[in-house]
Amino acid sequence: MNFTAPESLVFWTTIIFIVFFILLRKFAWKPILGAVKGREESINNALASAEAARKEMQNLTADNERILQEARMERDALLKEAREMKEKMIADSKHEAQIQGERMIEQAKTAIEAEKNAAMAELKSQVSSLSLEIAEKLLKDELSNKEAQTKLVEKMLGDVKLN
Amino acid sequence: MVISNKPLQFILAAFLACVPLASFGNTTVDSIYVKTEAANPVHGSHKELNAHEEEEFNASELINSHIGDSHDFHIADWNGHPISFSLPVILWTDNGLTIFSSKEFHHDNTGHHVVSVNGQNFVRYNEVIFYADKFETLTQDEKGAFNFEARPLDFSITKNVFSMLMSAIVLFLLFSAVARSYKKNKLAPKGLAGFLEPLVTFVRDDIAIPNIGHKKYAKYMPYLLTIFFFIWINNLIGLIPFFPFSSNLTGNIFFTFVMALITFIVTTLSGNKYYWKHILLPPVPKALYPIMVPIEIIGMITKPFALMIRLFANITAGHIIILSLVSLIFIFKTVAISPVSGAFVLFMSVLEMLVAALQAYVFTLLTALFIGQAVEEHDHH
Repeated sequence: MNFTAPESLVFWTTIIFIVFFILLRKFAWKPILGAVKGREESINNALASAEAARKEMQNLTADNERILQEARMERDALLKEAREMKEKMIADSKHEAQIQGERMIEQAKTAIEAEKNAAMAELKSQVSSLSLEIAEKLLKDELSNKEAQTKLVEKMLGDVKLN
Repeated sequence: MVISNKPLQFILAAFLACVPLASFGNTTVDSIYVKTEAANPVHGSHKELNAHEEEEFNASELINSHIGDSHDFHIADWNGHPISFSLPVILWTDNGLTIFSSKEFHHDNTGHHVVSVNGQNFVRYNEVIFYADKFETLTQDEKGAFNFEARPLDFSITKNVFSMLMSAIVLFLLFSAVARSYKKNKLAPKGLAGFLEPLVTFVRDDIAIPNIGHKKYAKYMPYLLTIFFFIWINNLIGLIPFFPFSSNLTGNIFFTFVMALITFIVTTLSGNKYYWKHILLPPVPKALYPIMVPIEIIGMITKPFALMIRLFANITAGHIIILSLVSLIFIFKTVAISPVSGAFVLFMSVLEMLVAALQAYVFTLLTALFIGQAVEEHDHH
């Protein structure tokens, strides 16, 4: 191999490499590495925030699910309560109606009894007065016919066996 | 001929057997290489002279010149004349700084053409520039790149330096464009940013964070990213076989030396008290300290040393294999071998593209690992 002068290559390599290195570091590597790192960070951040958003979404979905579940339970509870209330009301009403009916029946019975008694009393008095009138009229009639009366009395007297 | 470069070492051994590769050093004379000038009957006598060939083909020289560095950017040969892109030669001589174009050497690499600049004379021999007067007195063995006595200090913009500058500029434009695009586009990245950002995040998530840890990785990211892309693009540039690419920068041991040295410095400066305690006061009986402490200190150095050799050897080996495969055509002197050679070159080139990324990854990974070891917090000590 032709070496020419070793000092030439050693000298120039050192100079060129050092200058080249300093220039590249300032004008190329720092901006490039900075940009690459910055972009990587932004990608990582974007991925992290996407992940966070996904978790958030999951949480939201879970929340929704939970709220829905709660609402459903509440609805069921309401429905149940309403049903119970309805049944209770019906039962209460029935009970009330029964009592009321019974009481009314009782009252009616009492009233009927009273009316009956009254009617009976009325009837008795009516009957007695009627009887008296009839008896009066009969007596008047009978007594007005003297002959017949006399006959009757005679007949009766005639029947009577004087012992 | 401009065929460049590309790597993998496991096939290397096989090809080394059939291709005479002399050595990696600046071996100036190769035993199998004989330069034959048509006018030189002495050399012509022991070889078959081809009227169209001025030189005997020499694979080892071709490969050495392609994987090595040079002062000219060779584009092509035209009628035997090389066409080159001339790069500046910058010398620190005994009389101070001297700058001239490598064109002045007129493609001479044999030490014959003397260039006079500012009253000083230079010659170039095997891509090493010497003082002309001192060069005359050197023996063959002394004409090497490490002979600082006979040559000025050379800070030339060589082919590899040129390529490195180009890659740095290209990378800077690419990544600063990406950085600007983030200011405009706050949404998902698109276009260039969409292509490069996964690579950046790959370095961060698969290299830095697992090895250094979440707390401290950010401080080292710019360095890891820079070496990853710098090594990768230079590996790839080395695979493209034409101007203005084709340099073998990452297969040059001085380049990998500097990269490994920087990693060593970064690692050492990052070392916390646990790191130093582990080296200087290892958890072994005190009697073993004379052995353990030097071993730990050597261990500090062998790690970056292995980085240096690994990258250098992988890239260079690949280039040698591909060049060797291409050279087969010229060694056998038949076009019939070219489909075979071409198929292997295609296969190797594809493999080299993988290796280019892999070696950049390995270098970065090990750097991150060493830094991670240095900054690690131990609870058990």
